[in-house]
Amino acid sequence: MNEARFRQVIGQSPAYWGGAALLALLVLAGVMAAHRMEELGHIITGMDNQVAWGLPHVFAVFLIVAASGSLNVASVASVFSRVEYKPLARLSGLLAIALLVGGLAILVLDLGRPDRIGVAMTHYNFRSIFAWNILLYTGFLSITALYLWVQMEARLNGYTRSVGTAAFLWRLILTTGTGSIFGFLVARDAWDAAIMAPLFIAMSLSFGQAIFILVLMAACRWTGRPLGDALLQRLKNLLGILAAAVLYFLMAFHLTKLYEAKYHAVEHFLLASGRPYGLLFWFGAVFLGGVLPLALFYLPALRASRRAIVAGALAIIAGGLALVYVIIIGGQAYPLTIFPGWKVSSSFADGVVNAYAPSLPEWVLAAGGTALALLIVLLAVRLLRFLPESLADDPADSGARH
Amino acid sequence: MTEPEGSRQPDAGRRRFLTGAAMSTLLLAPGVSLITYAAGRGATAGASSRVRWGLLIDANKCTDSCNACVTACSTTNGWKNLGRPTDPQWIRKVSLTDPESGITRSVPMLCQHCAEPPCVDVCPTGASFKRADGIVLVDRHICIGCRYCMLACPYKARSFVHEDVTDQEPNSPRGKGTVESCNLCAPRIDAGGIPACVEACARDGYGAMMFGDLNDPNSALRRQLAKYPAAQLRADLQLDPGVRYQGL
Repeated sequence: MNEARFRQVIGQSPAYWGGAALLALLVLAGVMAAHRMEELGHIITGMDNQVAWGLPHVFAVFLIVAASGSLNVASVASVFSRVEYKPLARLSGLLAIALLVGGLAILVLDLGRPDRIGVAMTHYNFRSIFAWNILLYTGFLSITALYLWVQMEARLNGYTRSVGTAAFLWRLILTTGTGSIFGFLVARDAWDAAIMAPLFIAMSLSFGQAIFILVLMAACRWTGRPLGDALLQRLKNLLGILAAAVLYFLMAFHLTKLYEAKYHAVEHFLLASGRPYGLLFWFGAVFLGGVLPLALFYLPALRASRRAIVAGALAIIAGGLALVYVIIIGGQAYPLTIFPGWKVSSSFADGVVNAYAPSLPEWVLAAGGTALALLIVLLAVRLLRFLPESLADDPADSGARH
Repeated sequence: MTEPEGSRQPDAGRRRFLTGAAMSTLLLAPGVSLITYAAGRGATAGASSRVRWGLLIDANKCTDSCNACVTACSTTNGWKNLGRPTDPQWIRKVSLTDPESGITRSVPMLCQHCAEPPCVDVCPTGASFKRADGIVLVDRHICIGCRYCMLACPYKARSFVHEDVTDQEPNSPRGKGTVESCNLCAPRIDAGGIPACVEACARDGYGAMMFGDLNDPNSALRRQLAKYPAAQLRADLQLDPGVRYQGL
C-alpha cells in the first residue's frame, strides 16, 4: 500500500462555517447553563438528594467511554499492524481527544464548585477511584496528543508503534477505571460488581467505533473524498463484533445478579417494572444497541448498504445512551436497602423509588459538551492534516493482505 | 523617622495611611488566615484516637410521633427541611414495619460515623475525612461538589446544598455546591458537650439516644451494649458504624 497522503479540509463553504457556528452556539449555551447552575445552585436541575447524578453524568460518561473506544482504529493500525487502517489513525486519535474533552467539560461544569477544579488537580485521595480517573483522563489526553505528534511528524514516525501501544494499554485502564466508578460502590444493589469494568470496556469499544464510522463517513462525503466499500465493510464488521460483545457482558452481568436472591428486586426494577428503565434497557440497550445494528450489518439484503451502516451506528449511539441512563439513573432510582426485612418510610424518600426528570439546563449542558467535541473535530481537520486525501480501496490491497 | 507637621505634603497622610493599611494587610492576612484555618482544623488537631465517639439508639423507646432529635439538629446546625427533595436532612426519622408480624418501630437515621467510611474512600480530594476520634466530616474548603460520596454512602446520610444558604450557625458552616452531613455536633463535643439530638431526646423525647465512648469499656454506652444485643445497620458491609441500634 502506498503511503497515505493527508490534506486539511478547505473549510470555506457556508455549510462548514454554518455548522461551526451552530456548534459554537450550542457550546455557548452549555456554558451559560452551567453558569446558571453555579449561580442559582443545582436547585434548577432535576437532580436532588436521592438522584445526585443526572443527565450531565449520562452524557459525560458516554462521551468519556466513547473517547477511549474511538481510538480503536488507531490501535488496530499501530499495535496490531493492520496497514489498511493506518490512514485512519490520525482521525481516530483526534476523535478520542475531542470526545474526552467534551465529556470532561460536562463533568467539571456540573460540579457543585467548578471553580475548585484546581483543588481537584492538587488534592488527591489515592484510595478514590474517582481521583485515579482524574489522572487517567489527563494521562490519556497527553498520550493521545503525543501519539498524534509522532504520527504527524515524519522524523518521529518510528515511535508510532510504541506510543500507540502505550495509548492502547492506557485506554483499557481508563475504561476499567470508569466502570469501576460504579463497580466499586458497595452501597448500591444495581452496581457493586467487578464485571462493570469489562462491561465498560466493551461499551467504549462499541460506542467509540460507531461514532468514528459516522464521523469518517460524514467527513469523506462532505469533502468529496473517496471512501472504499471494502474499508467500510471492515470497520462495520468490527463494530458488529463490538456491539455483540456489549450484549454478552450485559447478559453475564444481569444473569449473575439474577442468580442471587438479594438482587431479585433490583433486577426486576431495572429490567421490568422500573419506568422508564425496563423499556430503556430492552428497547434501548438491547434492541437499538445490539439486535437492530447486528441485523442491519449482517442481513444479506442489507450488507452492502451504506445507509444500513449509518442507521446501525446511530442505533448503537442511541442504545448506548439508553444503557448509560439505565446504569446511572436507574441505579440511584432504586431505593437503598438500609433495614433488610422491614418496610420503611421517611421524609427522605426511604423505601420509595426516586423520581428523576432532567431539566432544561441539564439538557443544554449535555448538548454543549457534545457540541464541543464535534467542534474540536471540525476545526482541527481544517487546521492540521488529519484526513487522508483518499480512502478508495486499493485493488492490490483488498483481500488477504494485512 | 518622623517629619515635622508643616513639611508634609497634602496627600502624604493619606498615602502613609494607605501604605500602612496595605502593610498591615500583608502582615496580618496570613496570620488571620492561619487563625481561621486553625479554628477550622482545631477540632481535628485536638481529636484523640484514644476515644471513639458513638451513639446507641434504643428502638424500643423511640416513638413515631416524636421528632425532637430532628428539630434540635436542624436548629443547632442551621439546616431546614421544607419538604422538598433538594432540602438537606442531616438526621431523619424512619418508620419501620415488619411485614409479617405488623410490629412497628421508629428510629432516627443519621451519619453512622463508620470506622471504614465509604464516603472517605471515594472522595477524590480528601474532603471527606475521619477524625481521630471517629467522627466523619466534610471539609467544605476542598469539597468540589462531585456528590460521589452521596452515591457511595449505604445510609443515604449525605445531602447536597442545592441553593444559597442563609442564617448559618457559626459552628456549622455550610455552602452552596458542597456536600454535608451529621457532624455528631463535633464543636459541642470538643467543648465537652454532647450532640444536640441526644440532649433533645433526653429532654423532650423518650431518652432513646445515648452518646459515649465506644473504646471505653466502663462508659455507660459500652455497659448498655453489654446488656442487650445491638445491631449495626448493613452489618454485611463490615463498615463498623459508630451508631448502634437496640430493639430492631
